[in-house]
Amino acid sequence: MLSAGARRALPTTTVGEQEYVGIDDLATMFQLTVREDPPGMLSIGYKGKTILLTQDQPLGSVGGRVIALPAPALRANRRWLVPVDFIGRALALVYDSKITLRRPARLVIVGDLRVPRVLVRYDSTGATGRLTIDATPRAASTIVQDGDQLLIKFDSDAIDLVNPGAQFAGAAQGLIGTVRLADPVTLAFTIGPRFGGFKVATQTSDTSTRQILDIASGTQTPQPESPQLPAAAPPDLSALTSAGSTAVIRTIAIDPGHGGDDEGAKGTGGTKEKDVALAVARKLKAALELRLGVRVLLTRDDDHAVPIDDRTAVANNGKADVFISLHANASWRPALSGATISTARFDHQAEQAARALPSELVPAIGGAPRDIEFIPWDVAQIPHLDQSNMLAKTLEDQLRGHVPLAATPLASAPLRVLEPANMAAVLIEIGYLTNAEQEKQLAAETFQNTFVQALVEGIVKYRDSFGGGR
Amino acid sequence: MTRERILAISISTAVVAFIVTLAVTLGIRGRSSSPAAPAATASAPAASAAARKIKVKLYYVSTDGTKLTGVDREVTYGEGMSAQAQEIVSAQLAPAPAPLVSAIPAGTTLRALYVTQKGEAYVDLSKEASSAHTGGSQDELLTIYAIVNALTSNLPAVTSVQLLVDGKEVNTLAGHIDLRRPLGKNLELVE
Repeated sequence: MLSAGARRALPTTTVGEQEYVGIDDLATMFQLTVREDPPGMLSIGYKGKTILLTQDQPLGSVGGRVIALPAPALRANRRWLVPVDFIGRALALVYDSKITLRRPARLVIVGDLRVPRVLVRYDSTGATGRLTIDATPRAASTIVQDGDQLLIKFDSDAIDLVNPGAQFAGAAQGLIGTVRLADPVTLAFTIGPRFGGFKVATQTSDTSTRQILDIASGTQTPQPESPQLPAAAPPDLSALTSAGSTAVIRTIAIDPGHGGDDEGAKGTGGTKEKDVALAVARKLKAALELRLGVRVLLTRDDDHAVPIDDRTAVANNGKADVFISLHANASWRPALSGATISTARFDHQAEQAARALPSELVPAIGGAPRDIEFIPWDVAQIPHLDQSNMLAKTLEDQLRGHVPLAATPLASAPLRVLEPANMAAVLIEIGYLTNAEQEKQLAAETFQNTFVQALVEGIVKYRDSFGGGR
Repeated sequence: MTRERILAISISTAVVAFIVTLAVTLGIRGRSSSPAAPAATASAPAASAAARKIKVKLYYVSTDGTKLTGVDREVTYGEGMSAQAQEIVSAQLAPAPAPLVSAIPAGTTLRALYVTQKGEAYVDLSKEASSAHTGGSQDELLTIYAIVNALTSNLPAVTSVQLLVDGKEVNTLAGHIDLRRPLGKNLELVE
């Protein structure tokens, strides 16, 4: 399920030919009240409006209007299940925001989000081929090669890929095999052994954007100079892939600390932590999008309070590769100044417990149960601590010399917002609002810009430390 | 499935918190008829006991502001573990005599304190601990560990400290440091 700034999985159950969702899951996501009265009759309330369903008939009533469902609601294991179409045919009629159910894409879109339909076509011409990718409505995309796949990332909230898993004629040519969704906004094409690079042309019309990739056929088969790589890339690839675009970082989540009634720290001049954090976060988002071409999520983009778990949820649900929480510090000692970068810290017991957790069989959406690793929310950061510390160190190196740093800039603490983060995650204190001079700095555009530039450099360095074949 | 599990856990912690709060409230009532006057506890065997002092280490903000400094101070002797723990925390919460700087937000008082058989101290602070806080993550660490260290280093039987605010479990004091679990001694923060 997609809504502004968040993507959540909505589990479904297949009974017979029909796919169902739990009414309890819907109630949680859409703030519905559910009552069974009398037995066999389900009354679903939302802001004074009511949907009535019965156990026997594939019909419902929405504010007195009769709607048809493909199957009746049913009860299984003490839960009520309703056909997936209930979302589009009943819930959408009473809900405040627009709800769109896109069955082929398995998407429920809440609100006005940009979710272009994407159609992919492949035409072979002799030894080469042409890949045509149409996005409707228009959406810009960036293309990078990542090992043995070609990634096309769209500037949108999600994409609706019309033909996932399509097998292309390019497979037989050893060029392009198939396509799938690597993440909600990225297509991944498999690359065959003869793939020799590509040239891109973009055409934009009023309604859609078309990317045309002319795929070249490169030198054949195993590369003599690198026998240790089974699927070695053709030699001219580095020239075709833009320098440094290793696509290791696709999404970055930025968390401007505090907000709304929770003002955070305050300087004697009246500067508030929540405002500094938001201003720097917005600048950082713009700079990262421009410089790295990555998707950047903000946990808040205005002055309102966000529960602490919801902040980390934006990063986790958005499958971010990096999570940065931005704050401004305060001290009882007004002389204290400088930025710090902190990572999460867990006690030994928590680490042991987290590592001992077994994977378990869970029912996957629309498929057979799969053995997946169970990641407990509270300790999701533990496996990423090494990466987080590396990120912190890289950022420190880049900030040094550009902005004042605390005497000991790197720290670790049981930071509530980082503990559940399932990716490299740091909390940055930009400076001390309780220091009069720093308060002025933190509120100033120029200082904020300098700080943001140094952070962007740090993130580029961090990204490059993985990829580029180094 | 994950959601159900998480929900179940948070409900059970809420229940634990409620039971603990209840225990704290009942415990205090059972122990002392006038908590406002700790020197004259109801169970004090003799008036002279009220005047007895013991030497403990309390924790204040270091000169550079990034650490805690241990300072030897005298607090009233308390009969029994919980009573002594109350005396120590009350002294730690009290305004610091100059030139010491307190790591505790002004106006914070001890609402209740209870030590379990397992050595977990439940310390219920008034709302000022959160509402009057400077809001810095650095200060938040110092506030928390001033109290945690004061209890764990002076009372070896206390192995961990769970902080509560206004009778309730909280995520954090000021938005940063996780307070949902009992915390152990942290001497790295002490200079």
